[in-house]
Amino acid sequence: MSEEKLLMKGNEAIAEAAIRAGCTAYFGYPITPQNELTAYMARHMLARGRIFIQAESEVSAINMVYGASSAGARAMTSSSSPGVSLKQEGISYAAGADVPLVVANVVRGGPGLGSIAPSQADYFQSTRGGGHGDYYTIVLAPKSVQEAADLTYLAFDLADTWRIPVILQADGMIGQMMEGVVLPPERDLKTLPKRDWAVGYQAGTGRDARHISSLDLVPENLEAKVRARFKRYEQIKAKEVRYELLGEDADLYMVAYGTSARVCLGAKKLAEKAGIKLGLFRPITLWPFPELALSKLAEKGKPFLTVEMSMGQLVEDVRLSVLGRAPVHLLGHCGGVIPTEEEVFAEAKRILGR
Amino acid sequence: MKKLYGHPESLKTVSTKYCAGCGHGVIHRLITEVIDEMGLQEKSIITNPVGCSIWADLYFDFDSVQPPHGRTPAAATGIKRVLPDHLVICYQGDGDLAAIGTAEIIHAANRGEKFTVIFVNNAIYGMTGGQMAPTTLVGQKATTAPLGRDPIDAGMGYPIQVCELLATLGGTRYLARGAVNTPANVRKTKQYIKKAFQAQMNGIGFTLVEILSQCPTNWGMEPVDAVDWLEKNMIPYYHLGEIKNELEGAAAGAAAASVADRGAAPASTGGTAGAGEGLGGAAAKGAAR
Repeated sequence: MSEEKLLMKGNEAIAEAAIRAGCTAYFGYPITPQNELTAYMARHMLARGRIFIQAESEVSAINMVYGASSAGARAMTSSSSPGVSLKQEGISYAAGADVPLVVANVVRGGPGLGSIAPSQADYFQSTRGGGHGDYYTIVLAPKSVQEAADLTYLAFDLADTWRIPVILQADGMIGQMMEGVVLPPERDLKTLPKRDWAVGYQAGTGRDARHISSLDLVPENLEAKVRARFKRYEQIKAKEVRYELLGEDADLYMVAYGTSARVCLGAKKLAEKAGIKLGLFRPITLWPFPELALSKLAEKGKPFLTVEMSMGQLVEDVRLSVLGRAPVHLLGHCGGVIPTEEEVFAEAKRILGR
Repeated sequence: MKKLYGHPESLKTVSTKYCAGCGHGVIHRLITEVIDEMGLQEKSIITNPVGCSIWADLYFDFDSVQPPHGRTPAAATGIKRVLPDHLVICYQGDGDLAAIGTAEIIHAANRGEKFTVIFVNNAIYGMTGGQMAPTTLVGQKATTAPLGRDPIDAGMGYPIQVCELLATLGGTRYLARGAVNTPANVRKTKQYIKKAFQAQMNGIGFTLVEILSQCPTNWGMEPVDAVDWLEKNMIPYYHLGEIKNELEGAAAGAAAASVADRGAAPASTGGTAGAGEGLGGAAAKGAAR
């Protein structure tokens, strides 16, 4: 049987992929530009006898996810930048209690209420923990509707495997645009990973009571727990880095993710016509950042041009990976403004002196 | 020989961190006695709140989940929706429920979430050291109200009567207020808890038992004086009794609905205050202050 290709909006593809990944509990609060995701969940989760609640706030929604996941469900919430700020408290608690969960952030312009147009300005927030305390979350950044579906599907497995919050970071363009997508297969709920740490169903097991908590008032004990988590982070860095490199032999390497990476692809084609070789290094996991691969690329000594819909956030990770071995330039936009192919190509030419 | 009295199985035999004369220990005991009587030890999950009762997971011998401050009803919502046949207890203090978590409690109650809130009201912040609570009485001193709570000139507002506030919401089915300052009140409070737990296990809507409790340490008095202070100052304002009881009407409906039903609460717009010392009298008294 051939796989069926559907024309879907990014937000709806994320929702459907989550359902197929075995998400049995969704909690959300309306915010643009991710509203189609919540509405899709309302239609399809209840129809399947799964849990859907329109919460009273993003704060409540993330804590409903925390409770549902603690009770054994694959649970998720979605929002956009201002709403994700509100969820940071809950994400910090989930990180501290090792509760897996999935948060889709369809990023819009900020700071504050900002705009509802596409942005990548939540890069620092999502890749540096986001809430209080020492922790990281896995951050996945799709560049297309297809990848939004695929990475959402992957997000639930990563969350369960590593017992960690996973952020699906799609900018507003990915959430709002329609593209062809082949959806991943429906997971049999009975085959989902066992959660031998979750609360409930104690009867007849002979196990001790389980306590899901991020609290430990003995400094040495808390440090030991955080250090154990950081060892897990090192394993994640070793196993879960994802990126794409197009044009390994290039005069200049663009570094971009999501919608910015699509723009860079256009610039790459413009350059080819002009006889200039532009490479594109595209992080797919924003955390763990593909620093080793980028570091290796820096050994060539060719200049880098970071293109982002933020004012110099991604570029900091690029600089940390390149470590001064090659010049690193920035083309940043903000407020919902998307760079153009021509603009990126012109900047690359300027850097190359062509 | 038949055992007539003993330590509850659901409560660990450890010394608590609670201060002398604190009510949490008695309340823990009441909860676990009821759980044992109902045979629910291995089917119970408590959400222990930020506040003194954060320690609850050290004492209760059943599963627990510890949410952020005030988000306890949101986390309990997630747990109960996933495990509708379990006893989910949302344990909250007055800061957790009536200050930082007001949005969460109002909406969980309004949705008719089928868990039970045990709301411990001691009219003060315990863990952080005696600050004013939303339930601190008018004139009562606190570290953040050193001259006493002044609702008008200092703009500190009035003590919130939680049961009466929630009684107007369609999703609430059972709202009772007890106390643990005298043996008689302790026994009555246990009956309220049992009624609420039974209603929950029968799949009836939102249930809450508010319990007036002593905090001698932060009230700055001896434990014996504290039980008297509660009697003379708290009970006249926070009236004891079943503030709202719609269990009988709801029981018939719940019998027809499956416990596994994860849908919203019935669309009933009930919410009239209970008998006697209910909404009207208390609200009028509050306004008079």
